Formats: sequence, structure tokens, C-alpha cells
Amino acid sequence: LALYFHSGEREEKCIIEDLPSDTLVIGNYKVQRWDIHKQEFLESAPGLGMFVTVTTPDAEVLLSKLYGPQGTFSFTSYLSGEHAICLQSNSTRFVAFAGSKLRIHLDIRVGEHFLDESVVQAKDKVNEVNIRLEHLIEQIHHISKEQNYEREREEKFRKTSEETNSNILWWAIVQTVILVSIGIWQIKSLRDFFISKKLV
Amino acid sequence: APRQAGRGGMGSGMRAGMRALVLVLCALRAGGTELTFELPDSAKQCFHQELERGVKFTLDYQVITGGHYDVDCYVEDPDGRTIYKETKKQYDSFPHHTEVKGVYTFCFSNEFSTFSHKTVYFDFQVGDEPPILPDMNNRVTALTQMESACVTIHEALNAVIDSQTHYRLREAQDRSRAEDLNGRVSYWSVGETFILFVVSIGQVMLLKSFFTEKRPGSSRAGT
Repeated sequence: LALYFHSGEREEKCIIEDLPSDTLVIGNYKVQRWDIHKQEFLESAPGLGMFVTVTTPDAEVLLSKLYGPQGTFSFTSYLSGEHAICLQSNSTRFVAFAGSKLRIHLDIRVGEHFLDESVVQAKDKVNEVNIRLEHLIEQIHHISKEQNYEREREEKFRKTSEETNSNILWWAIVQTVILVSIGIWQIKSLRDFFISKKLV
Repeated sequence: APRQAGRGGMGSGMRAGMRALVLVLCALRAGGTELTFELPDSAKQCFHQELERGVKFTLDYQVITGGHYDVDCYVEDPDGRTIYKETKKQYDSFPHHTEVKGVYTFCFSNEFSTFSHKTVYFDFQVGDEPPILPDMNNRVTALTQMESACVTIHEALNAVIDSQTHYRLREAQDRSRAEDLNGRVSYWSVGETFILFVVSIGQVMLLKSFFTEKRPGSSRAGT
């Protein structure tokens, strides 16, 4: 696991993934805690775990589990949209504990299965090529799904733009009508007022 | 978007051809992470990665939603030197060849903004080592040809995925702007109509009040 970032002990860090429906997402993480005495990150801290919470675009919880200091989680989206993958440690220490932080290594893969393990299991060349072809076919399916999802989003975008356009037109007409009628009302009202006050 | 992590690690007893093929796949995409995260206002988020010497990496980032769609970004090498620093950029791509082995840090900062939180996408790709392909056995059997066909297709698919990601991000950004615009138009129109009413009715009332006597004895023209 290559990329890592730091986080407070009780802080929740979230990653956003915009996914088409029916997409498999696999995440790998490793968490280390900062040791005050040794002034370095411990390789493994006993009892340290991470709550992994995945929410759908409708704010429904798709996955909510406690994993150990190192873990793999996966989920399949059934709605298309922005999913949030949140990680929070299960540390019960007080927030005011100065200088404590966590190092979280994270790797998230969208829409593909791990190729290497299946290839290792391949008994001979033919099987291995077979597996690679299956992997490629999966990749193509994922691309196709993403494209369909993109079409949906672009339509939503187009609708928003058209709505803005008609909003502007409609409000311009309404405001002009109001302007003209209020102008007429103003003049009439003032004229009646001045006549009643015998000024004209 | 999917990425071939390409970790070699094959078991023993595999033939040289298969190993070379896996290494070729490794070389094409030796690793990379792409993440989208929310950066709250006045906040900074840093990511670190340990890299060898002589490795080429590319950092692409883009702001998808929020404010003026810009963010500060800087990259530091293991010695703490800043190798890249940009302020208020909407998107950029930074390729670099590492000279030192160690932990490289890249940070995104939204500290200049007081109330707009941003959604930032970044893609940190490590790879592009020289391919092993020239050393591969040039056995031209049907199976090896299929393997190389697989590699070609895989490369092409990765390019398609890259392109798809690029368009997805652009579209997300434009859609975010369009929704902002729509909201602003609605609010401002309602506000303007309200002001219109208030001002015009207020004008008439004010004018009327000039001619209404409050104190006794003010002259009335004509009787």
C-alpha cells in the first residue's frame, strides 16, 4: 500500500466516489498510530480498528463495519451517484490527547477484480490467457457502464441548463409585466391623490 | 476508474514468458492512486508516498466543485524542498523524475477560502519504468501472440479509461457551475421582484406623505 495520509485520532476522513450502478469497489487500508514515547508510528497497535462506512447518494448506509488495523472492504453500488467512503478509528481516547495522530494507508479500486491472484492460480498458459481475457472483458463492461452513467449525468446537466434558460426568460417577462403595471398603478394612484388634495 | 495495480509477485515455477508478460503489464502501470475528497474551507490535506530514486511520477489534480473551483497545491521531496508550488489553480498536471529516494509529500490547501469547501480530485501515478519487452523471448507461437494482443488491448483500454475520467471530471465541474447558476438566477429573480414591489409602493407612499399635513396650519392650495 503506497499512498498514506495523516488524520486525528477521532477524525473521520471521507473519500468520494462517483459510481455508476452495479459497480464493485474494493478498498485496502492499513492504519498506524503515532507513539509518543518512541516518536514514531507503530507497526501495529493492538485494539486499533477502523470503522468503515459507505453511504449511497441517498444518504443510505451501504456498509458499516469495524475492521482491524489492516483490512480489505468491498461493496457493490446499486444506485448510481456519489458514494462516500468514510474511515474513522475506534479509538476511545480523549480528543484532547495532544500529539496523537494516525497514519492511514489507502488504496481504492473501482470496477475491477484483482488480476494477479487469479493469474497465479492459472494452471497453464491457456488458462492464464483465458483469465486475462476475462479481465479485459470486465474492463470493457466497466467502461460501458461508466459511459451510460455519463450519458445520464450529461442529460441532467442539459436539463439544468435549459431550466436556467427558461427561468431567466420567464422571470424577465414577469418582471417587465410587473414593472409596467406598477408604473401604471403609481401614476393612477398619484393622480387620484393629487386630485383629491385639489393640487391639480 | 479502474487501474491495473500490476504488482508482480508471482509464484515459483512459472515460465519466463509469463513472468515477462506480467512485468510488462507492471511496467505500463506500476501503480497509482486516484481519490476524490472534500477539502473544507481554511483546511489543508496532505498525502505522502514512498518512492524509489529514478522513478517517474505524475500528479494530476482538478477541482470539481466549490467556490471559484481553485485550490493551492505544493509537492515536497524527502529533503523538504518544494519541487512544485502553485496557488489558485483549477487543474494541473505535474510530471517529475525522482532524484532522491524517500517519502514525497503533496498537499492541497483551501486556506485562502473562508466559506467555500471544495471537492478535489487527484491522480498520483507512479510508473513508466523502461519496459522489459525487448528482452522477452521472441517465440512466435499462437499463444504468445495472444498474450501480446492482450497487452495491446489492455493498454488501449487504460487510455480509454483515462480519457473517460477526464471527460467525467469536466462534466462534473460544468454541471456544478450550471447548478450554481440556476440557483443564483432563481434567488436573484425572487429578490429583485420583491425589491421592485417594495420600492414602487414605497415611492408612492413617500410621495403621498409629503403632501399629507402633519402639522396644523400648513397651506392647502385652493379651497
